[in-house]
Amino acid sequence: MAFDSCVNGRHIGPFFRGAWGAIRQYDFSSVGTMGINLKGQIVMKNLVLKGALAASALVLLANAASAATLDDVKKKGFLQCGVNTGLPGFASPNDKGEWSGFDVDYCRAVAAAVFGDPTKVKYTPLSAKDRLPALQSGEIDVLIRNTTWTLSRDEQGFDFTGVNYYDGQGFMINSKKLSGINSALQLSGASVCVQAGTTTELNLADYFKANKMEYNPVVFEKVEEVNAAYDSGRCDAYTTDQSGLYAYRLALTAPDDHIVLPEIISKEPLGPVVRQGDQQWADIIRWTHYALLTAEELGITKANVEELAKGDSPEVKRVLGQEAGTKLGTDLGLTNDWVVNIVKAVGNYGEIFDKNLGSGSPLKIARGINAQWSKGGLQYAMPIR
Amino acid sequence: MVDSNLSFVRTEMLQGQTPPLAERGVVKWVRTNLFATPIDSVLTIFALLIIAWFLPPVIRWAFIEASWVGPDRSVCATVAQGGIQPEGWSGACWAYVNANFNQFMYGRYPIEEHWRVNLVGIMFVLLLVPLLIPKVPYKALNAITFFFIFPIVAFFLLVGGWLGLSYVETPLWGGLLVTLVISFVGICVSLPLGIILALGRRSKLPVIKMLCVIFIETIRGVPLITVLFMASYMLPLFLPPGVTFDKLLRALIGVALFASAYMAEVVRGGLQAIPKGQYEGADSLGLGYWQKTRLIILPQALKLVIPSIVNTFIGLFKDTSLVSVISMFDLLGIVKQHFSDANWASPQTPISGLVFAGFVFWIFCFGMSRYSLFMENRLDTGHKR
Repeated sequence: MAFDSCVNGRHIGPFFRGAWGAIRQYDFSSVGTMGINLKGQIVMKNLVLKGALAASALVLLANAASAATLDDVKKKGFLQCGVNTGLPGFASPNDKGEWSGFDVDYCRAVAAAVFGDPTKVKYTPLSAKDRLPALQSGEIDVLIRNTTWTLSRDEQGFDFTGVNYYDGQGFMINSKKLSGINSALQLSGASVCVQAGTTTELNLADYFKANKMEYNPVVFEKVEEVNAAYDSGRCDAYTTDQSGLYAYRLALTAPDDHIVLPEIISKEPLGPVVRQGDQQWADIIRWTHYALLTAEELGITKANVEELAKGDSPEVKRVLGQEAGTKLGTDLGLTNDWVVNIVKAVGNYGEIFDKNLGSGSPLKIARGINAQWSKGGLQYAMPIR
Repeated sequence: MVDSNLSFVRTEMLQGQTPPLAERGVVKWVRTNLFATPIDSVLTIFALLIIAWFLPPVIRWAFIEASWVGPDRSVCATVAQGGIQPEGWSGACWAYVNANFNQFMYGRYPIEEHWRVNLVGIMFVLLLVPLLIPKVPYKALNAITFFFIFPIVAFFLLVGGWLGLSYVETPLWGGLLVTLVISFVGICVSLPLGIILALGRRSKLPVIKMLCVIFIETIRGVPLITVLFMASYMLPLFLPPGVTFDKLLRALIGVALFASAYMAEVVRGGLQAIPKGQYEGADSLGLGYWQKTRLIILPQALKLVIPSIVNTFIGLFKDTSLVSVISMFDLLGIVKQHFSDANWASPQTPISGLVFAGFVFWIFCFGMSRYSLFMENRLDTGHKR
């Protein structure tokens, strides 16, 4: 308090007084607690840093938001796409040095829509903490990096254009060791491996408290440590996002002994993000997603798209831009055969899913809630007409 | 006198005999070095037991059971894990290192441009080797080429964008290439800058002295990871919008300044070990400050601190891994990044990748350490014990 009054008093000029006031508004009790959850999100309680980033975002907003991203992208001749530095199934470099994965195919789809050429894309691998600043500063044109759609992110000057993957936190157990357990509600008294300082850890606490169950958290700093501890049997259950559970199961000694329980205890809708204020660009990303879904719905695949474009189903013809006098594509700022280009390049949503996450990949993730709405899932495309 | 008859004067020399069996060869060596005392014997047997317990599994894992080539994770996983190896198999997954070797060396540097990196590497070796061997003449010319001409040529070759070479942006660089670029620049900048700072800190001119002390103490008081983080994320906040520095350049500056501060303290240690008489002797000969420093003080001081200098270099070489916090991928970073490739995820992949990275680091660090030992012995003119 003595220091406080000294600062506000005569000894220091108004500038410093203002700065001190600003600093005081932050909650220093939590400064420095920072961690990365298993999906790679930084859980940043460091409000000072957050404040600094927000301030920089505002400065940059002024010159970034007004620009027409589509024109910029066309002018430079390639799409700059922000992806994860490495998440199995979503974005990872393969042994030929190329990027591959679910999110990466979305980048390629956008490039195909804009240029008719899926190779005109450059990738910027981004860690959880620099992904949003990188988007805001214009370093990347679109962020497709398993980013959870939340209100706070939406109101910080970003626009989520849809949900390409519905994820959520789940549990994995060793079914040999704990035979008979087939629901997370039976896990009372279990020891649970979890990564420190993540939303995962908080969700876990909430879930067990809400269901009046006891548990022992076994907490580690790094993902590798959590994996090793679970594999060696230190804990009964392992919790992180479900897509992550499937990925880490691959690295277990006896993967077939482990099952992922059906309960999902948190909502993690992951989707592409663009800067707020450029509606045309947001529309292109949004409708690229819907085009992929619509193609799956109508049975348009990478193999048959050219053939169907010449066919006579009116709905397929409309979606593929073959209707006489159609302006659907050009009004979007693209060409009328944009959906043909997308599907020819990467396939439809189901094909992308299978190749990177589903049965065609080592991960073998079931479609689950990511199935089409007509098959009991949540993926629902707005009509292209 | 009959005594003379008893005298005996040998007229021919006896041939020298080989020592008894117990006093020569392997037996002698073993007796003096391994079994000299009962305690020695116990320790020797204990050590041998540890080696016998430890070494065979390592050799089995690293060579006999190891899987050397393969298309994907199946060669590194047991049948239960979805691979082809028998149950209970445990061996190194060198196939993973093999398949990703190019990525580990060059990062995502375009494959058709790898010859540029190779050319720079060959030039580096051709210039460095004669510089290191004392007998080879033209040291001055060699040093000028290596420290001044080579970096410029290497810069233009690696970055490209002239004479028909395509431009390769630094975010594509990675692997050993980045490790070596950062350590080379760090080493070449930190030694001269460190010497200047050390001299400045011992200067009698108060302003220079204060500046050097402030610089050294500030940098030494901050962890490298913070310097890199500042250079990468905070620095752009202070620059006008639109002004960007290359990320690699920022990392290079950060690492070089950091190493300089440590080098300055190492050199200062050497300067302080020089007896006052040397300074006074130089003064009495009428040498000026720079002559005295160059001819009398520095040659002695630097020779004294060779081990510490090399220690700093080795530390710097290993510290380059920290650039992965700013999304640059050095050797270790890129090995870890490739863990996320679902096609190679298996229980053996991470350990194999890390052992490989460790081995490469060890080769370089061990090389530096042996060379410094050689130089120390060669320059050791007055302090031999």
